[in-house]
Amino acid sequence: MLEQLTLGRYIPGHSWLHRLDPRAKLVLACYFIVIAFLTTNWLTYVLMFAFIGGVIFLTGLSFSYFVRGIGPLIWLIVFTAILQLLFTPGGHIYWHWGILMITSTGIQTSTAVFLRFLLIITMATVLTLTTAPLAIADGVEALLRPLRVIHFPVAQTALMLSVALRFVPTLLDEAQTIMNAQRARGVEFNNGGLIKRLRAIVPLLIPLFVGAIGRADDLATAMESRGYQGATNRTRYRVLKWHNADTIAVVVILVLNIVLVVLRHM
Amino acid sequence: MAITFDHVNYMYQPNSPFEAVGLSDVSFTVPSESFTAIIGHTGSGKSTLVQHLNGLLKPTSGTVTVDDFQLTAKTTNKHLKSLHQHVGMVFQFPENQLFDQTVERDIAFGPLNFGFTNEEAMSLAHQAAHDVGLPDELLNRSPFELSGGQMRRVAIAGVLASQPRVLVLDEPTAGLDPRGRAEMMAMFAKLKADQQLTVILVTHQMDDVADYADQALVMAHSNLIKAGTPAEIFADPEWVKAQQLALPTAANFAQHLVTRGFEFDSLPLTAEQLAMQLRGQLPKEGR
Ligand SMILES: Nc1ncnc2c1ncn2[C@@H]1O[C@H](COP(=O)(O)OP(=O)(O)O)[C@@H](O)[C@H]1O
Ligand SMILES: [Mg+2]
Repeated sequence: MLEQLTLGRYIPGHSWLHRLDPRAKLVLACYFIVIAFLTTNWLTYVLMFAFIGGVIFLTGLSFSYFVRGIGPLIWLIVFTAILQLLFTPGGHIYWHWGILMITSTGIQTSTAVFLRFLLIITMATVLTLTTAPLAIADGVEALLRPLRVIHFPVAQTALMLSVALRFVPTLLDEAQTIMNAQRARGVEFNNGGLIKRLRAIVPLLIPLFVGAIGRADDLATAMESRGYQGATNRTRYRVLKWHNADTIAVVVILVLNIVLVVLRHM
Repeated sequence: MAITFDHVNYMYQPNSPFEAVGLSDVSFTVPSESFTAIIGHTGSGKSTLVQHLNGLLKPTSGTVTVDDFQLTAKTTNKHLKSLHQHVGMVFQFPENQLFDQTVERDIAFGPLNFGFTNEEAMSLAHQAAHDVGLPDELLNRSPFELSGGQMRRVAIAGVLASQPRVLVLDEPTAGLDPRGRAEMMAMFAKLKADQQLTVILVTHQMDDVADYADQALVMAHSNLIKAGTPAEIFADPEWVKAQQLALPTAANFAQHLVTRGFEFDSLPLTAEQLAMQLRGQLPKEGR
């Protein structure tokens, strides 16, 4: 069940995207997410979806894998879009009941919310699927480095991030194991009303927290016993290097941005 | 309860980059009230196999039959609750499933889920705590204050309290000291005899297989490669080694004795069998 979710998962590989510099990937993914809000007419959506389709192709992973992986999140997106649909006033009113209404503006904004959300989640999925957690942490650290000027604890933040990312799969596995154990003791996670389901979460969360805290404690001991000190200037084993491919990727996104702006006004 | 696997296949995360074979065409039968050991190297599919016994995993193809319940790819989760109750499942490191405020309430959690009344659940919890040898004064403590061995007993009691007919044990003694291990195995044997349980034990301890099992299933690379009595399984020491398994201590000892000129009709598997066969072969006292 949990293993279906693809957001936040990394699949080792050697595609062109896998090999891009994590700094480039982080910045470009964020950039893409920002320009996703520049979409206005259907031409701009076609462009953005064609682009993300091309990016998925470059990951070397199958389309159906993405579709199924994003599937569980679709409901969240649909829910947001429906709220948007029912509460947006303006334009022609097709239907209304109390404070709920369906208007032409509502249809427009909810469609936009739905499509933009989809673009954003797909891009975030591509980023984590093709970038090792430690590479993401390295990338973030490198990007945050200028903040040292204002005494922002960059090294510690990066460490926190890499530890968190490192333990996501471990915690997911553990959650699965605990769920199995509690299902065997008669808990039904996917049955019954909201209250019953919320109650079913307690026997999952408590052991999960107990385990996570215990593990954090062990990790801290292990790091201390090996003399870890966060604040000192550490050299690194994996040195990030900017390649031509990274420059190409930046140029491609800039071109995308320009075309998008042109299409907006058509 | 008798258990039958009929050409069971299981695939993890089919059609994804993480696709992996869990079980490949596994068929066997476990008679009611018998003791079956499942052995095999790490990653051979033992845990995958036992999770089919109570429907935590459903076969991708093939049928698992437990008593008169049939589990196939099409079985819906709604029908699994009675199977969950009748097949008790003790996972690896079961102490990780404890969560409630007191030991008593944690043990009663299963019975409450399966529809017993509060009073019945409490009385079942006390009985189960007694069966696993937990002293009464621990019942009102938090499970997180107990020692590792005690926590494991609480978790096992939590499974027993639902009164299962089949007890599935996935490496239940992993991480215990030798004495704790011996005590726990003796406890399972007693439970089986007292409550007429059908026991399935996943283990790396060949001595436990020799001492307790009526039959053993050997797994390798998701396949069931051999099924038979412990005597049949251990009859060929070369084959056993090739499967990254070991002989029981007594059998190993006997093999060394053979190189020193001792003779055995059949390879002894337990200390008793070894002693019986050595009687008469040892030099008389006082020589
Ligand atoms: N959740 C999972 N997803 C993918 N593959 C898995 C999963 N769980 C187990 N496997 C694979 O299935 C095989 C059998 O595993 P398992 O039944 O846990 O073996 P054992 O209990 O004998 O050590 C292994 O190759 C393992 O990598
Ligand atoms: Mg296992």
